[in-house]
Amino acid sequence: MSKRMLMQGNEACVRGALKAGMRFFAGYPITPSTEIAEGCAYELPRVGGKFIQMEDELASMAAVIGASVAGTKSMTATSGPGFSLKQENIGFAAQTEIPCVIVDVQRAGPSTGLPTSSSQGDVMQSRWGTHGDHPIIVLSPSSVTETYYLTIRAFNLSEKYMTPVIFLMDELIGHLRETVELDDEVEIIDRKQPQGPKGDYEAYQETEDLVPVLPVFGSGYYYNITGLTHNTAGFPTNNRLIADKLHSRLMQKIEKHRKDIEDYEEHLTADAEVLLVAYGGSARVARAAIEELRGKGVKAGLYRPISIWPMPEERLRQLSERIKKILVIEHNYGQYVHEVERVVHEDAEVSFIGRVSGAEIQPAEVVEKVEAM
Amino acid sequence: MEKLELRLAGSGGQGVILASIILAEAAINADRYACQSQSYGPEARGGACKAETIISDQQISYPKIIVPGFLMALTQKAADKYAINLRDDAIVVLDSRIEVPESARRYRIYQLPILDTAEYEIGKSLTANIVAVGVINRILHICSEEQLREAVIKRIPRGSEELNLKALAAGLNMDLGE
Repeated sequence: MSKRMLMQGNEACVRGALKAGMRFFAGYPITPSTEIAEGCAYELPRVGGKFIQMEDELASMAAVIGASVAGTKSMTATSGPGFSLKQENIGFAAQTEIPCVIVDVQRAGPSTGLPTSSSQGDVMQSRWGTHGDHPIIVLSPSSVTETYYLTIRAFNLSEKYMTPVIFLMDELIGHLRETVELDDEVEIIDRKQPQGPKGDYEAYQETEDLVPVLPVFGSGYYYNITGLTHNTAGFPTNNRLIADKLHSRLMQKIEKHRKDIEDYEEHLTADAEVLLVAYGGSARVARAAIEELRGKGVKAGLYRPISIWPMPEERLRQLSERIKKILVIEHNYGQYVHEVERVVHEDAEVSFIGRVSGAEIQPAEVVEKVEAM
Repeated sequence: MEKLELRLAGSGGQGVILASIILAEAAINADRYACQSQSYGPEARGGACKAETIISDQQISYPKIIVPGFLMALTQKAADKYAINLRDDAIVVLDSRIEVPESARRYRIYQLPILDTAEYEIGKSLTANIVAVGVINRILHICSEEQLREAVIKRIPRGSEELNLKALAAGLNMDLGE
């Protein structure tokens, strides 16, 4: 453990990314994610990496994919307006199975909204923002310390499952400075590389774990990359059987490894009679509310999804078989709450508290809501 | 020591965010936990700006201030807006150029020449935030003077140490009129 430091969430994201081995960043700075681009611009040249500010968000997402194809761990960072623009190429990365990390530090409102205010309004977009059935992994940190470790995990999962990973932050955590103690001993995963003869290597051939072994461009192995539905060599095809196999495998690639990817935190659930469900910044509201509720003798606990997608549903379902009062807290108009409703036991009563003003929900409001449940 | 919730408010460009970061840094130097956040508009300068620091001996769950126990305001607008709904025993530091708002009269008030000290004594109005850091530590005893100096040095641009340490000393030695 290092000594205690004051660090900002966005800074911790940069540190984690560098630790994970990120050596390429392309972006178009936008509040409240700008410190990530700044940090990468400062740090990357010092470790032999490359930073490039592109002409817009579309191009920066394309550059990130290109750098990753060449074997470099790559990242971009943005906020809602830029996240929308990156969707097309995020779909390309999902379809072609190019690992990369996309950071979205959420701000409030649709369109350009409230640039300096916090929100969790992109949680559904992070799952289904790009068109078509596609695999995705989304992680959401709720502290500065966790931002560091979870950024590393985002890269690891991306490399392990050859998929874009969305790192879904919110302004509350991105712009928060708090005390951290970071451990330098972390596991780093690098994508697999093919072994054996180069001539007839088929990059998208089916593997046991459903994850393709894509050679780094320039390594001597050849394959074609296209957003079109493709065969095992990567060339476009309209063949229904091949299309079904590819599109199904893309989804199963995540489904099969759900247990490895899913991540959640439980806090005081053992004796809980009320379960708060919150993620990212709103989990901080929940924790403070639980302290207050416990002080008043109300047995409240927290279930915090860390991997938002895939949703860690099994444990939530189990908890809801015993705890019938559930309150979902989100800084949006109500998005993830519908997923919670889908998952929990039919006898469980799901309530919701949200906010779209750009201000945070106060712990006292949660306490009041719980007392009225 | 109990939890401290400090709100610093002023106009964008006055450096209140940096001041609140330095106070958080100082608290960590004194082996305590700190959370620092801010809210501001889209303007780079001139807009209303509010920064918050929470200092505690324990990990801090909710990172925003609920009821401030301390307020420092460097503009009339900030004083009028924020010198209300504070803790009953709150301390309020207002720059001496500010007229005390009616709502603030119930709190313990210090009216101190922070802006004048920076402008005339130090010769650079930009250093008002560092003068303020000195004043705040003088009143609240967050950490030792040495720990505070370390925090200032860590967060200011290189080459401005002499000027800022002079501003800090002016804040630490300011006559509080007690």
